[in-house]
Amino acid sequence: MLKGKAFKFGDNISTDHIIPGRFAYLRSNLPELAKHVMEDADPDFAGKVSKGDFIVGGGNFGLGSSREHAPLVIKMAGVSAILAKSVARIFFRNAINLGLPVLICDTDGINDGDELEVDLAGGTVYDKTSGEKLTFSRLPEVMLDILDEGGLVPYIQKYGDFKL
Amino acid sequence: MGKTLAEKILSLKSGGDARAGDIVIVRVDLAFAQDTTGPLTIRQFQAGNFKGLANPGKTALFFDHAAPSPNRELANDHQFMRRFAGETGCLIYDIGSGVCHQLVAESLARPGDVIVGADSHTVTAGALGAFATGMGSSDVAVVFALGKTWFRVPESIKILISGSFGPGVMAKDLVLNLIGNIGADGATYKALEFGGEGLKSLKVPDRLTVANMAVEAGAKAGLFPADRVTKEYLSRQKRSEDFRPLAADIDASYEKTVNINLTALEPTVAQPHQVENTALARELKGTKIQQVFIGTCTNGRLEDIAAAAKIMKGRKRYPRTRLIIAPASAQILLDAIGAGYIQTLVEAGAIIMPPGCAACLGLHQGVLAGGEACLSTANRNFKGRMGSPQAFIYLGSPATAAATALTGEITDPREVL
Repeated sequence: MLKGKAFKFGDNISTDHIIPGRFAYLRSNLPELAKHVMEDADPDFAGKVSKGDFIVGGGNFGLGSSREHAPLVIKMAGVSAILAKSVARIFFRNAINLGLPVLICDTDGINDGDELEVDLAGGTVYDKTSGEKLTFSRLPEVMLDILDEGGLVPYIQKYGDFKL
Repeated sequence: MGKTLAEKILSLKSGGDARAGDIVIVRVDLAFAQDTTGPLTIRQFQAGNFKGLANPGKTALFFDHAAPSPNRELANDHQFMRRFAGETGCLIYDIGSGVCHQLVAESLARPGDVIVGADSHTVTAGALGAFATGMGSSDVAVVFALGKTWFRVPESIKILISGSFGPGVMAKDLVLNLIGNIGADGATYKALEFGGEGLKSLKVPDRLTVANMAVEAGAKAGLFPADRVTKEYLSRQKRSEDFRPLAADIDASYEKTVNINLTALEPTVAQPHQVENTALARELKGTKIQQVFIGTCTNGRLEDIAAAAKIMKGRKRYPRTRLIIAPASAQILLDAIGAGYIQTLVEAGAIIMPPGCAACLGLHQGVLAGGEACLSTANRNFKGRMGSPQAFIYLGSPATAAATALTGEITDPREVL
């Protein structure tokens, strides 16, 4: 069971909101890069987020660049999962490849600051603040397996190949 | 039931009957990374303790996003990538070669190929009939090692093109209209497949512009058939042997069809801070612009520079509007010099950048200050992309960009033709 606070964002949060291209010079210095996580969406986010918290987006979360640094700095901030109504495909795959769960559900009823409990195996989100219970769609098997191993590279190290 | 282009290519490369919704493992014909995603790709490759590259000749590193390196951090990244290329024997396209997607189109992509790149605009090669898509560093690192990857076969949306462009209207206007119509998530997880009698008037450079921005509608791929236009392009690039005809089956199944009549299109602009936020250029007259940028994998080709030169010839840019031009490849730069376009543009007050991504992503060569507005021919106008998060980015065609450089405000190019 994952437990934490919701940080709510709107629709179309791009990879430039998450970690802008102008910080590309810090991409080989991840601790410095991570200080800028979500900076262009909420300049104070890095200082407020605690281990286990959730990023809750609207539609089309993570659109834009293929930069894997976007889910990477979110993971480094301690975020335990991303919840959104829909997620751009490269970002989706990148997050799973880093072992960061992305859950597709109707996030309209979740407010900023709500306390959430996520049951990954059961497929449910419980909003303790509002009392609302949500279900999220199941990931394809291959993505669940990658998530189970903590990411794509550990998955390939274990199996030596894709197993379908 | 017949197959879409995506289903055809993924069937061929997976050795099975790939249908929309299936999950398949495919052989990859080309895998690459660029200088802002390459270092993490290499580190993931190293983290996996992989023995070596599956196909060094089908693996490439491009130096384009920060080229030449603007600071020591990125210089170190470049050095790290050059060392990896030296150790593994992969292809290397160092600074000054051009933007990865343009070089892939000029030299590497073939109809029917599967191409993956650690860059979202890898979709560009769909213009030549390749199933090309952007991925992150982990995915590309695994392709470097194994020569294959997994895909969910996408559903396809058919874009049926008719007519031909009127004066001052370009491929950029077509794709901005399309994204304005279907939205920034209108094709998420899906392939856009272009067809119709209007395709014959869309040359490969036009198709590259359109396929490039498929990802701005969320698409996994933007696919054109490989036809006579493709054959002519490959022959001009001295790659006739790389051509093979490729078309969707007549009874293929599409999620929906969107009709676009090129004749009815007008110069179009995407307003800050979303690509789907489109308006007609003439509706934005009076919007002051401090910087015009013509270049990138979307619109840095010879035809784009020619369109700008034609408008600027014998004229000067508006004094308080900077005009930055970056050819998308060394071949384009040479051709633009040969045709006299560079001379015309410099005489008009333009600044010429080396082949590469230049100002597109806020790293160098035209970073915006707070409160400034830029009319760019690139593919993205997200907040903060070109520098200050307080800057404003408008996207338009090279013709709209040149017209805007003349007047200092967003201008419909038909006013100055």
